Amino acid sequence: MVNNNPVSDLLRTDRMPHIWCSGCGLGTTVNCFVRAAAGCGLPPDQITVVSGIGCTGRVAGYLKLDSFHTTHGRPIPFATGLKLANPRLKVVVYSGDGDLFAIGGNHFIHAARRNMDMTVICVNNFTYGMTGGQVTPTTPTGAIASTAPYGNTEDPFNLPYLADSAGAVYVARWTTFHVRQATKAMKEAIQKKGFSFVELVSPCPTLYGRRNRMGDGLDMMEGYKENSTIRNGADTRDVGMDISGKIVCGKFVDRERPSFLEQYNTRLAARLGPSYKNYEGVL
Amino acid sequence: MKADPKGVLTGAHFLDGDHACSEGALSAGCRFAAGYPITPSTEIVERIASRFPQVGGMFIQMEDEIASSIAIQGAVWGGAKAMTVTSGPGFSLMMEHIGFAAMLETPCVFVDVQRAGPSTGQPTLPGQADMMQARWGSHGDYEIIALCPNSPQECYDLTIRAFNLAEEYRVPVMIMMDECVGHMTEKVVIPSPEEIEITERRYTTAKLGEYRPYFTDGEMVPPIAKAGDGHRFHVTGLTHDERGYPVMSPEVQEKCVRRLVDKIRLNAERIISLEESETEGADVIVVSYGITSRVSVKAIEMARADGIKVGHLRLITAWPFPEKRIRELVGRTGAFIMPELNYGQMFFEMQRVIDGKAKSYLLPHGGGTVHKPEVIYRTIKEAALECRPQVEESAW
Ligand code: SF4
Repeated sequence: MVNNNPVSDLLRTDRMPHIWCSGCGLGTTVNCFVRAAAGCGLPPDQITVVSGIGCTGRVAGYLKLDSFHTTHGRPIPFATGLKLANPRLKVVVYSGDGDLFAIGGNHFIHAARRNMDMTVICVNNFTYGMTGGQVTPTTPTGAIASTAPYGNTEDPFNLPYLADSAGAVYVARWTTFHVRQATKAMKEAIQKKGFSFVELVSPCPTLYGRRNRMGDGLDMMEGYKENSTIRNGADTRDVGMDISGKIVCGKFVDRERPSFLEQYNTRLAARLGPSYKNYEGVL
Repeated sequence: MKADPKGVLTGAHFLDGDHACSEGALSAGCRFAAGYPITPSTEIVERIASRFPQVGGMFIQMEDEIASSIAIQGAVWGGAKAMTVTSGPGFSLMMEHIGFAAMLETPCVFVDVQRAGPSTGQPTLPGQADMMQARWGSHGDYEIIALCPNSPQECYDLTIRAFNLAEEYRVPVMIMMDECVGHMTEKVVIPSPEEIEITERRYTTAKLGEYRPYFTDGEMVPPIAKAGDGHRFHVTGLTHDERGYPVMSPEVQEKCVRRLVDKIRLNAERIISLEESETEGADVIVVSYGITSRVSVKAIEMARADGIKVGHLRLITAWPFPEKRIRELVGRTGAFIMPELNYGQMFFEMQRVIDGKAKSYLLPHGGGTVHKPEVIYRTIKEAALECRPQVEESAW
């Protein structure tokens, strides 16, 4: 079966079966990603994936690309060093909401501010799956988590708004129900110069769905279908999610801004004069 | 191979230890550095920020030390020689990534210009209390290498050595400076590029599709690959097999971690460097490192003028600790004295090695300044008297 997959060249088939639960949305996101990677026009050798820790953090290990499974919350600074050492690489950070926005939140906003040339894919399942379903910075207020047994008493991040205001040049959100659009968004994000961000709302039926009476993986997908609206170009201030389950999807931001390296080279050339050679990597 | 002339500022200079360290990194071929401002190490990154763009390097000031300590590792896997620079509070934040570098076997360099602690402590004043943190600060079991320069010249020389050792053993190497050494200005001679020996990264020669990141072929240190070379490899901080894939079995844990430890322990004698003076036949030996070694020299001169047979053993490598050499000296020497700017760190390591077979004296100091030579001198006298009670003090 695996061999018939047109993108099996980008999967570590020797590591299958994967560790994810049945009904988990992660496999769907990976399926979309490998299609995006295969269709983005770059040779696979040039695409590198960096993950943090958690259920989503395991993605790097299943992709047959140069791939790094780093520390909790730190895939973005690792990716920053990797990209700057070799700017010819397309560096994709693939991690979860807890990893990227709790422990790693500071790195996210700074990489966006710098317009560091990388794509960040956040699989947002509103919980820490690997450790048993704790509350995260995206858990809707009122939702139940193992560390919020009476319901989350905090307000969540609106990730597209955060990415937008921190300076990302591409911001989109889709769910695992929207496989075609999610694939296209990841492809566009990979092709975009600068800091691009794709949020993929994805079911964790085992921990988040079960505790919040959302049914199994299929029921949750059904919920995405019913509760999502597509509003390309929506003001990111208006796309926050809450316990109602309503999800605004679409491409919200697609703009131009000099990337970190473009700005770096322009400004250093202006200051140092003709003696300055554009930085194009250490090699 | 020889140093890339582009980074080498050949000639005699008047530099402080921090700037000498920056030049050492440039000579060593370091072309990526990430850091976060912190006294008393900031001058190192300031000089790097100014010098790197002129030699094709990249310095980035990250949002914190956590980010700096992993950005350098991303850069290494992208093909760079890389380092980060900090002081105590930042060093504490870097600990997780020292373990990460040890686990992935990422060659990289961490510089800690030690100040007085704990916590914010005395940012502008010296300390030597991060020595155990350098060795044991990250969770889990692993080995590292730590070097202790005692002069600006050595800050330059040992920074090159740190990069070379990092490549040879694929291990994080720490340069444990202190505020005094970092800020003291002295003559630093930078040799010509042909005189500087550089250890190149050992890349895999495996065919595409056949590279296994942790297959050592019977050696202690596996060859490395970099992203983009077509090997499409995977590495992880999880316990991993030769393919770099996570495996949660005790057997793989033993195999994986055992080699991380053994590659340093079994090569300790090749890694360790010491400076000794009159240690053979000494009644008393002062063991010291960093700035404290320079105060010790003064105290030793005073004691020798009194006729006391006192030797000096300076740790240039603090980790791995020179167990073998100290064991050789125990039995011939009655007492060992260690002054350090903490309340006992390297001392207890020394005491473990001495194992009760000689006397040992700790000269603790909270930092903020250095020992008075007289304090060390008095202890040398006291120790000598204990070792040779038959010799009248008046005979000195
Ligand atoms: S715990 Fe949740 S996120 Fe993790 S694999 Fe299972 S369903 Fe997916």
